[in-house]
Amino acid sequence: MILPDAEQLLITLADKIRPLLTPDTALVGLHSGGAWLMQRLLPMLGKNLPNGVLDISFYRDDFSRIGLHPQTKPSQIAFDVQDRHIIIIDDVFYTGRTIRAAMNELFDYGRPASITLAVLVNRGGRELPIEPQIAAAHLDLAPGQNLQLLRDADGRFYLQLHEDA
Amino acid sequence: MVNPQLTKDGKLKHLLSIEGLPRAILDQILDTAESFVGVAEREVKKVPLLRGKTVCNIFFENSTRTRTTFEIAAKRLSADVLNLNVGTSSQAKGETILDTVNNLTAMHADMFVVRHSASGAAHFIARHAAPHIHVINAGDGRHAHPTQGLLDVFTVRRYKPQMHNLRVALVGDVLHSRVARSEIHALTILGVPEVRVIAPKTLLPEHVEKLGVQVYHDMRAGLKDVDVIMMLRLQNERMQGALLPSAQEYFKTYGLTQEKLALAKPDAIVMHPGPMNRGVEIDSSVADGNQSVILPQVTYGIAVRMAVMAILAGNS
Repeated sequence: MILPDAEQLLITLADKIRPLLTPDTALVGLHSGGAWLMQRLLPMLGKNLPNGVLDISFYRDDFSRIGLHPQTKPSQIAFDVQDRHIIIIDDVFYTGRTIRAAMNELFDYGRPASITLAVLVNRGGRELPIEPQIAAAHLDLAPGQNLQLLRDADGRFYLQLHEDA
Repeated sequence: MVNPQLTKDGKLKHLLSIEGLPRAILDQILDTAESFVGVAEREVKKVPLLRGKTVCNIFFENSTRTRTTFEIAAKRLSADVLNLNVGTSSQAKGETILDTVNNLTAMHADMFVVRHSASGAAHFIARHAAPHIHVINAGDGRHAHPTQGLLDVFTVRRYKPQMHNLRVALVGDVLHSRVARSEIHALTILGVPEVRVIAPKTLLPEHVEKLGVQVYHDMRAGLKDVDVIMMLRLQNERMQGALLPSAQEYFKTYGLTQEKLALAKPDAIVMHPGPMNRGVEIDSSVADGNQSVILPQVTYGIAVRMAVMAILAGNS
């Protein structure tokens, strides 16, 4: 399968997000891929947008099965979530479970006015009634396939597909 | 030898002592605690990790601070918490430790936080508890107080991140102190190159240097150029024995005053596990001074205990 160019998708993603920006918009990137994307999006969107990063390890629904993620990173939401229009940024949308966890965590910071989900790739396969409003690309992948956003030595994004053993 | 704290695949199942733990586990606890510090600053200070779990604080020996911080930590993880002051209840009626533990297990407890005046009590409970139970040692006799050791190194790491470059001094009653033992193990495992103990001979265990520390009897020499001063509590009840002449005498020789603090590095931090004996081991002007991080230690204690509980609960 030929994967799309992630750098190209980033430009598409920025173009799709731009019309949604309001004075009350804030960006929240999900650790780690979503946070990388957000750092690149901020200058492209050309505004001093309030922004933050979420690590959803403490909200995962598979904790009792697989335990705590061995490497957690502190969530950093330095702006007031109350009444904000929040755009969650993530790299790959799959089951929707990560987004459920992220929304639960966000609400522990306050009550946002709205939440929009923007992702680089929607790979299909959702298991919850959650769907990104914005996706730079759609791919149809089988459950055993794992799509990852990575960065090369120069910090340029690329996508990688591998089959689970 | 098999480490009774670890599962077959090397994950932390109980936290009984810092001694013998691999550095990777200590790092994971401290890194996870870093994430929990932020949770306490939010509007909702809870995360749902231990929802539906029951944590039992079984205290055979009193301790308000330790029990309270464990209780807050468990509640911030959304666990249900049961506090048992066993010293004043069943044990007084003659129930054995194991019967107490078995009764709590029958009530579907998932985690025991145990404080006992006998060294090895938490090990004993861990060995005999049902397989799904996790045990945390909250202080056993003179042996260990691992979460205190962890919160102390967490505090050190927050103020002095270059741990491989530090000189740390522990001052006071090392002999009776489970805190000192846990601190020494934690500092050593995390690669602190120089750990000093400063105390009169009567308050040092024999062969203490085998723990990898340098021994000083002269506080002024021992404090010279240190980055971190960890004061230890002198227990007033032990002052009557032959170990020390008097509290006043002790303060003169081993009490931390501004004048002695000035011998350490100018940016040195001062720590104390509490409860403090002001005017015995530490002067009020130092305890409340701007180099003191004694209250941050208490705050970080909650984050560290949350990290330990969350990691244990996930390692079934």
